[in-house]
Amino acid sequence: MRIFGYKPPFTAWVGIFIVGVFVFVAIFAPWIAPYSESDSVADTWSAPSAAYLLGTDNIGRDLLSRVMYGARTTIGVALMTTILSFLLGTVMGIWAAVGGRVVDQVLSRIVDVMLSIPLLVFALIILSMFGSSLVTLILTIAVLDSTRVFRLARAVAMNLVVLEYVEAARLRGEGLWWIIRREILPNALPPMISEFGLRFCFNFLFVASLSFLGLGIQPPLADWGGMVRDNGRAISFGLTAPLWPAMAIALMTIGVNLIVDWILSINARPSGASAEM
Amino acid sequence: MRGPPARRRKCNRVVESALKIDNLRIESVTGLVLVDDVSLELKRGEVLGLIGESGAGKSTIGLASMVYARAGCRITGGVVSVDGESARDLSADGRRELRGRRIAYIAQSAAASFNPAHRIINQVCEMPVKHGIMNKIEARAWALELFRALDLPDPDRFGERYPHQVSGGQLQRAMTAMAMSCRPDILVFDEPTTALDVTTQIEVLALIRKLIHEYRTAALYISHDLAVVAQVADRIMVLRGGKMVEMGTTEQILQAPKTDYARALVAERKEADKLNVLEEVDESKSLLSVRDALGVYETFVAVKNVSISVARGETVAVVGESGSGKSSLARLILGLLPRKSGSVRFNGRELSPALKERSKDDLRRIQFIYQQPDVALNPRQTVAEIIGRPVQLYFSRPPAEVKRRVVGLLEQVGLPADYAGRLSTALSGGQKQRVSIARALAAEPDLIICDEPTSALDQLVADGVLKLLKRLQDELGVAYLFITHDLGIVRRIAHRTAVMLRGEIVAQGPTPEIFAPPFHPYTERLISSVPEMRKEWLDGVLANRARLRTAAGER
Repeated sequence: MRIFGYKPPFTAWVGIFIVGVFVFVAIFAPWIAPYSESDSVADTWSAPSAAYLLGTDNIGRDLLSRVMYGARTTIGVALMTTILSFLLGTVMGIWAAVGGRVVDQVLSRIVDVMLSIPLLVFALIILSMFGSSLVTLILTIAVLDSTRVFRLARAVAMNLVVLEYVEAARLRGEGLWWIIRREILPNALPPMISEFGLRFCFNFLFVASLSFLGLGIQPPLADWGGMVRDNGRAISFGLTAPLWPAMAIALMTIGVNLIVDWILSINARPSGASAEM
Repeated sequence: MRGPPARRRKCNRVVESALKIDNLRIESVTGLVLVDDVSLELKRGEVLGLIGESGAGKSTIGLASMVYARAGCRITGGVVSVDGESARDLSADGRRELRGRRIAYIAQSAAASFNPAHRIINQVCEMPVKHGIMNKIEARAWALELFRALDLPDPDRFGERYPHQVSGGQLQRAMTAMAMSCRPDILVFDEPTTALDVTTQIEVLALIRKLIHEYRTAALYISHDLAVVAQVADRIMVLRGGKMVEMGTTEQILQAPKTDYARALVAERKEADKLNVLEEVDESKSLLSVRDALGVYETFVAVKNVSISVARGETVAVVGESGSGKSSLARLILGLLPRKSGSVRFNGRELSPALKERSKDDLRRIQFIYQQPDVALNPRQTVAEIIGRPVQLYFSRPPAEVKRRVVGLLEQVGLPADYAGRLSTALSGGQKQRVSIARALAAEPDLIICDEPTSALDQLVADGVLKLLKRLQDELGVAYLFITHDLGIVRRIAHRTAVMLRGEIVAQGPTPEIFAPPFHPYTERLISSVPEMRKEWLDGVLANRARLRTAAGER
């Protein structure tokens, strides 16, 4: 089977399978989850059984259902932030490359300032100032993450603006927006797409970390990072409760990375073979 | 001359041929046949020229003689024997021993083949030391001797410089020294002078020839220029599409080629030496006039008080070596290089020095065609988008009309209408250049500035493009400012010619006058450097220059 004209190797299929399952679960959670995400249905930390396949959590909610709903919020929030951060970062990055010295200096120095503050610390400050609603959470991570996207987009675009077809567009009298949108963006996309996968992974882990620290997605919404935090104490009683959400985080990260590895390998060797030595 | 210490030789048999290739077949991983059934034999001290257009498989054969295939290619059949020993049967280590030591390769772009972070001498000495042929001191002494033989300036200290600190011609010679460092039996030259200016090419060519003769090295000489090959090669093999078309002695190929393809190549090359007499153009209908223009890159003066004019429907050629300011002049007229002083008048009006301040109509009336069609067209746009955009931008036509115009323009430049839907990456170099021309025409310009539009193309393709430009001028009355280093092109298409040297115009006038005595000394030098299709041409020029030099010395 081929995807976009390329044959994925076995590892990529594993990644596609993992991500596919999680996305399916995320979309159809309300229909396939056995219980609701916020109802207590049994005792605290009951062991896995036929009724509760993964057991229950610290206030007796069904863990399987919570993991399913958690896929929805965690993946959803990570995806939203990545899309937003790419929109912002890519447009700003290309603008810096084509807009001339002044624009480039102003944008790049702002980004430098933001990059000089550790991501987690920055996010914690903003979230504790403005409170952690879903919207502030997504906006905060998106803006912070867009600085990384900005760096890449600017570097890629810098290599493109010196090409003659861009100069030809300038000589023709095209406007800045047209040059960004029609001449540069389509050619900058291939490297940006594999970066998208990587940034998604980082954002996904970042959302989980923030939730684990209690500043991310707020209860009663289920999310994997928060679930690890809620059930963390159970580990000292030899219970498996916190392992399930943690495993979901790890699996999802591995799955996305396997796909990204494959996409990167396509870009790295277009000719498809090494030299005969 | 002191050579390096004698080398151990595996086989003591006396084998007549240094390199023998039988029925070579090379395929790409996708199954495309790149080289098919090519056989050749190279005796000691003999030079075989490989000639053909790009895609003919010249370089692929050159690399295959070292049993090397580029990424994505595989040698799938045939025998390559070096000194009677089958090289394809060697192990990876055996092949590594072979390369550099017994057969060495000289690439077209020396700048891309040197490591910019190491001094030249270290790179030249690396190979014999690695192969264990010489120790460091011997390798260094041998390298200095090679530098001297190659006429490099200050040979004792030349090697201490980094690759970016020497000129292109010097670097190409340093690369030849690197290839010679192990005293190989066979050298493979892959277009070693193509990237050089004509005046530099002649020096490098003479030195390469001297070196081959002096050390009796066998050589494969790959080039697309018959006249260049003719100076060096004893025999010539003509290739096309990976197959041998014809093989013969140099004299026979030049004077009596047997096949149609070889005849076309020879005829096309001869065409370039003729002067084409063009109809006179009414000089009073001035279109562009540049007066005392001064163009500066930060501190470097690229264009020094240049004055030049172009009349309606006229072709004015600007010739000169690379770095002479030809392209800078074009950029100055276009507004990409701001001019410090002087004036550029177009259609009787003064043009603003900066691109941003020019009106849409001014931009429309001057169009530009780039040298490299590969980077001049956006690889993510279809031909229809590329050609249709100026129509839409300048004339704001409805989509249906833009579509009709695109089809008309494609027809005008000799491309089928169904190419409109293709991406530019799916076109050949010549077709891309035709699309560039169509894009320029779409703006309905008065003047098209062409920056070496054919120098990246193969001879026969370039010829087609030139004929197209000429035809379009006859049909549409468009004027050209034609920048080139190729005097053959100038002779064929230019009404008037300006010769540039170090940012200044040193000679200017109707083309027949420029190409007839009395010459400006620099023009004469340029003209005499263009290789001619005679085997003795190089000897003649060198003898002539030596005579002039002695005469100058006596005076």
